[in-house]
Amino acid sequence: MALASVLQSESVDFSNYGRQRRGFASGLYETELGLESVGGDSLSFALRTSCSNGDGPDRKIEFLHGTTTLAFKFQHGVIVAVDSRATAGSYIASQTVKKVIEINPYLLGTMAGGAADCSFWERLLARQCRVYELRNKERISVAAASKLLANMVYQYKGMGLSMGTMVCGWDKTGPGLYYVDSEGNRVCGDLFAVGSGSMYAYGIVDSGLKQKDLTVEEACDLGRRAIYQATYRDAYSGGQVNLYHVHSEGWTRVSQSDVLMLHQQYQSEKA
Amino acid sequence: MAARYDRAITVFSPDGHLFQVEYAQEAVKKGSTAVGIRGKDIVVLGVEKKSVAKLQEERTVRKICTLDDHVCMAFAGLTADARIVVNRARVECQSHRLTVEDPVTVEYITRHIATLKQRYTQSNGRRPFGISALIVGFDCDGTPRLYQTDPSGTYHAWKANAIGRSAKTVREFLEKNYTDEAIATNNESIKLAIKALLEVVQSGGKNIELAVIRRNQPLKLLESKEIETLVTEIEKEKEDEAEKKKQKKST
Repeated sequence: MALASVLQSESVDFSNYGRQRRGFASGLYETELGLESVGGDSLSFALRTSCSNGDGPDRKIEFLHGTTTLAFKFQHGVIVAVDSRATAGSYIASQTVKKVIEINPYLLGTMAGGAADCSFWERLLARQCRVYELRNKERISVAAASKLLANMVYQYKGMGLSMGTMVCGWDKTGPGLYYVDSEGNRVCGDLFAVGSGSMYAYGIVDSGLKQKDLTVEEACDLGRRAIYQATYRDAYSGGQVNLYHVHSEGWTRVSQSDVLMLHQQYQSEKA
Repeated sequence: MAARYDRAITVFSPDGHLFQVEYAQEAVKKGSTAVGIRGKDIVVLGVEKKSVAKLQEERTVRKICTLDDHVCMAFAGLTADARIVVNRARVECQSHRLTVEDPVTVEYITRHIATLKQRYTQSNGRRPFGISALIVGFDCDGTPRLYQTDPSGTYHAWKANAIGRSAKTVREFLEKNYTDEAIATNNESIKLAIKALLEVVQSGGKNIELAVIRRNQPLKLLESKEIETLVTEIEKEKEDEAEKKKQKKST
């Protein structure tokens, strides 16, 4: 993200994003405008507009709102799937960003928003979780871990933190999935998608989750498919799909698949 | 020797004592007896009721306090100190529910109280809390627990214990009589607590206050009628035992 500070002119447009939505865009957001008529109240867009309101046009910091991260609960745990693209305006800064943070062997956090904010606070959370484990001789619950994170960032509310993360894990009550952001939201749920490509991902997962009782294989495929579709249509998502599965023994890194490979694979399946 | 090293709490004596803490423990020994028993599906707290003055309302003297729905404690020692400790513990129980979204485990709240007590043995200008506490309750997974803390800030888990005046006598009684049979049923566990207290309390059931927590149920204070019934049961059992022994001897 250091690159973005150099490309200052490109990132200014992020703050104007909210204002330019309905008007005639200048190049940058043309591709998205047509699809943008969705209301701005969805989680992913709320993340952006609230931040842009807070800081005004002077903000030069790059944020990973151009992203697709997704997590959903199913019978055998939680699937976490993320893309790996970082953009600075229309420049692709990196195709190999790690957007899943391994808090500890049974807790994962996803990254959307400011990469520094996400990784710093989640590493701090890892420290708190470890201390809890040592003091109480049992693992911390996902609810408590997400609560600790939410309370930590709430103290900095309004000071420009940008973080939209999903805390995923398995504790004694089963699979746990919480969405926590720097505005102070903390929501428990079965399915979350965060980022510019989240709408496309939601479409795929919502239709795929209709049939209950997915097997692990099917759920992984669904997650991979959802991110792939999001990268297909969203310019700000791409790179590789990193897939994790959280189960009773902890998390496992299932796969890392390049979206271009996936594209070829799905195309050949169609034919 | 002791005279020089017992002024300040933060001063060790040459042979390694913290005299203020030990004097606090003496204060505990002056308090009225409290006994705690951990059964299989029940935990029992019994305290010796101090006789109240004629004009005093009995209800305001309560030595058994709830800390949360599933945890309660009895204490021996300075009542005023106990009030402060109980207050802090109650707040901590709710704070824990807020930050961790789970009720406290008995061990956690005992550790919190013990840490609080230890802090007061290591700061300037403060004296230790003059109470020992018996903390009982059930954890989320249904295991019954009994812990004891003392003014120095240490805590231990017990199957049955007593604190306060004549604690030693009661503990010896418990060591002899705490068997798997004795705690087989809830009723038996309650009777064991009463028997233990009867060893040291004068004038029987009137001066005993008893509280029980059954699994997944809140604290229940037994009414004096119930205690009286149980006391008569116990006395009858004793008489039957005595008669049997006599018969054995004569035959």
